[in-house]
Amino acid sequence: MATGHVALDSTGVEAGEPVSNSTEEPYEAARRPVINDFSIQVATVNGSGSQSANIILLRSIFGMGIPVSGKNLFPSNIAGLPTWYTIRASKQGYVARKEEIDVLVALNAETAKEDILALPAGSVAIYEEAANLKQYRNDVICYPVPFDKLTAAACPEAKLRKLVKNMIYVGVVAKLISLDLNVVEAAVRRQFAKKQKAADLNWAAIQAGYDYATQSITKQDPFALERMHATDGKIIIDGNAAAALGALFAGVTVVTWYPITPSSSVVEQLIGYLKKYRVEPDGKASFAVVQAEDELAAVGMVLGAGWAGARSMTATSGPGISLMAEFVGLGYFTELPGVIFDIQRVGPSTGLPTRTSQGDILSVATLSHGDTKHVMLLPASVKECFEFAGAAFDLTERLQTPIFVLSDLDLGMNNWMSEPFEYPEKPLDRGKVLTAEDLKRLGGFARYKDVDGDGIPYRTLPGTDHPLAAYFVRGSGHNERAVYTEKPDDYQNLMERLNRKFETARTLVPAPVVVQTGKSKIGLIAYGTSDFAVTESRDQMKKEYGVETDYLRIRAFPFTREVHEFVASHERVYVIEQNRDAQMLSLLKLDLPAAEAVKLRSIRHFNGLPIDARSVTNALVIEENL
Amino acid sequence: MATTTAPTPKVNRLGLPAIDYRGSKTTLCAGCGHNAISERIIDAFYEMGVKSERVIKLSGIGCSSKSPAYFLSRSHGFNSVHGRMPSVATGALLANKTVQAIGVSGDGDTASIGMGQFAHLMRRNLPLIYIIEDNGVYGLTKGQFSATADLGSKLKTGVINDLPPIDTCALAIQLGATFVGRSFSGDKKQLTAMLKAAVAHKGTVMLDVISPCVTFNDHEGSTKSYKYMQEHEEAISEAGFVPFFEDIAIDYDAGTTYDVTMHDGSHLHLRKLHDSYNPTDRVAAVKALMEAHDRNEVLTGVFYIDTEKPNFTDLLNLADEPLATLPQERTRPSKEVLAEIMSKLA
Repeated sequence: MATGHVALDSTGVEAGEPVSNSTEEPYEAARRPVINDFSIQVATVNGSGSQSANIILLRSIFGMGIPVSGKNLFPSNIAGLPTWYTIRASKQGYVARKEEIDVLVALNAETAKEDILALPAGSVAIYEEAANLKQYRNDVICYPVPFDKLTAAACPEAKLRKLVKNMIYVGVVAKLISLDLNVVEAAVRRQFAKKQKAADLNWAAIQAGYDYATQSITKQDPFALERMHATDGKIIIDGNAAAALGALFAGVTVVTWYPITPSSSVVEQLIGYLKKYRVEPDGKASFAVVQAEDELAAVGMVLGAGWAGARSMTATSGPGISLMAEFVGLGYFTELPGVIFDIQRVGPSTGLPTRTSQGDILSVATLSHGDTKHVMLLPASVKECFEFAGAAFDLTERLQTPIFVLSDLDLGMNNWMSEPFEYPEKPLDRGKVLTAEDLKRLGGFARYKDVDGDGIPYRTLPGTDHPLAAYFVRGSGHNERAVYTEKPDDYQNLMERLNRKFETARTLVPAPVVVQTGKSKIGLIAYGTSDFAVTESRDQMKKEYGVETDYLRIRAFPFTREVHEFVASHERVYVIEQNRDAQMLSLLKLDLPAAEAVKLRSIRHFNGLPIDARSVTNALVIEENL
Repeated sequence: MATTTAPTPKVNRLGLPAIDYRGSKTTLCAGCGHNAISERIIDAFYEMGVKSERVIKLSGIGCSSKSPAYFLSRSHGFNSVHGRMPSVATGALLANKTVQAIGVSGDGDTASIGMGQFAHLMRRNLPLIYIIEDNGVYGLTKGQFSATADLGSKLKTGVINDLPPIDTCALAIQLGATFVGRSFSGDKKQLTAMLKAAVAHKGTVMLDVISPCVTFNDHEGSTKSYKYMQEHEEAISEAGFVPFFEDIAIDYDAGTTYDVTMHDGSHLHLRKLHDSYNPTDRVAAVKALMEAHDRNEVLTGVFYIDTEKPNFTDLLNLADEPLATLPQERTRPSKEVLAEIMSKLA
């Protein structure tokens, strides 16, 4: 896809001007082959059914044992607007977005010119013959393909041609990059597992594309695949499905939601799993799912269910988070459990609803009015989406406070390779709940009393059959016995205990992942999906500039001891994140001693596309005067 | 020789005295209609022999929403946020469908800020008794009009209401509530009978109870004052309630009285006071309400009842036991299930 400055920087060609008729070939056919290390971008029109084709390509590369990642850059639209799918094969296992495209499949006439102009020199463009894109670039290897003609021949039914055309490019690309056809067929059969006819038709189209490329295209580019074994035993899944599975295996019982991109597929996929795995032998459900009237109601239901003892959750994105603000403050102040997944997208307001960001960090950390603060878990892989979903339910019941899991569109809606998820062997932690028997033994309880010194009080569940079980939840001032009070000391004691509870949270949340040599003065801090780019950038820094960096990946707020130690042990610490206002850096500043806070520097990426390694490296090079 | 025995305190079918159903001391104004409603709730739950421990009581924000603290002190209570008690009640009842739920709201809490959640609560037919303590003004913020205030009614400050009222009963009927009525906090007999029937009903019960605000809306020119209600209340039916555990045969005239069999076997007898009255006909009910408005009457009674429509927890086909406390064996699928899912993703 064209990203403005990149188009000009990489080609030097003024957009819109055809290149003068030159007969020179600026590239050499005998370039050194580039094996298992390139990216493919498919530009199509939203609603044209290209998603299946792209997944087949992704799955085929995965099936050849080559590390691969896919990113769908789609518009907020049902049909008609441009969409791009990028697939990156990387023998080193890098899965961050790569800015440069090596192979373009330009099938959207509307963006085709822009798309080819954005390519770096020496890359490949595959396009509909009639579009004659070669006129715009003489430094790009062009493979015009008569897609329409091939499609018509492969698919007698006119109304299916739009879909089948996508498979033609799969075939052409398969031939050009040396995909194993057996692996491709397996991917097709998998994609259309329940539709034999569709599988046959699509497979035939792929073969037609493959045959055309074999007979009519002379390969001039260096990009090719060779079999590896780096994906053996791995799975492919999107982050939202992983989060849904995490909730399923955490024993979620009440799920409420209001549809919003990019979070809808968390609940949609969870519904699928619940229906399959949580209907009891008598046909009844061990779960309830409610599509609420809005996010206010969704979170109200979550807290009501949490109060009554259920493992409850909702999933939303930025605008929904804003709507939940008041209720979440009540949840914090009255100490109710509930899990809220925030699949972040670009704001403010509607923003870029189908693009990714890490822009909700600050607003979630202190969501609501008054002195509130919330525990946030920050997964950086599909595996962590699964694991942190489980952890969130244990933490919310243990801490009796709403817990947020902050994923983002990139992680949530894209497909990622992963080690298979491990079964959670630890029993569910249902927290400090007193039963009628406990009350008989204890002779009563005080709902908001800090009995254990960890700031976490004991609770009873509504319906507990004991005359002393009841207490009154109120958002207004309350004392240890949950009785209404406006006394200054009562309020202050309550707020201080909530602070002690937050300190306890610090010891329970996932610790950061630290990669430290002990020699470097430069520390990098990142979280969530910025991890992929930072990991790759650290290698670039070492390889290209000989600079070693240490790295800490934050996995939760409040920050654990290790974060303080990491900052203390480095001279300069770069906080890399995907928002404009350096939100995590701001949170760190609030938490760190002043002498440490001054070490923090910011690297930000916030154009709606996932952060890439080169952007991080370039920023580091400037900051470090390399 | 004369012997004296201590008088046996009056108890209900659970052997509990009425005092066990009380709450803490009210902090509302003396004479507030809401206090009378709390008394009637205590009466109804006592007389029905409901175990308070098995009840949850919820509210939003406002004077009305303070009142759950003043009844059933052995019940778990939840004073939530303004206009959004329905969602909290929904979540709680999904977590534990075995408890009896009562929610108290006000006219501001329901008809303005809470309109969205009110509408969807009615639609879902959640098994909840939803009471609007309706006085036409915002009391806690000192006397602004609410959306149920009648056109032309006057505030103490002389401000005239120039917008039409929302009839929460007509709305509730249209939206799918299965038990809709209006009463008056001063009408002890009618309100108690309706509340007892509400306890026996297993869907959403929407009771709009006119409850005068003695401080801000009980003056001349108010249409929610004690005096106005005495002069303008018009009962469409008379409610008699026979609980399932009382073996009483009541003579009633089938030509003038509807006998409604409740879910628990109790009977609600609704004696017609208006010729056109039919509590099973939604259209007739809404028509009667509209016509009463035009006549400046405050129509009371049970307007509509449907004991057949499945409630929300039935609709979701929930397990019999509370979801909240299902054991881990029933909520966390097995290791084999995860292995199966993983193998499909490989």
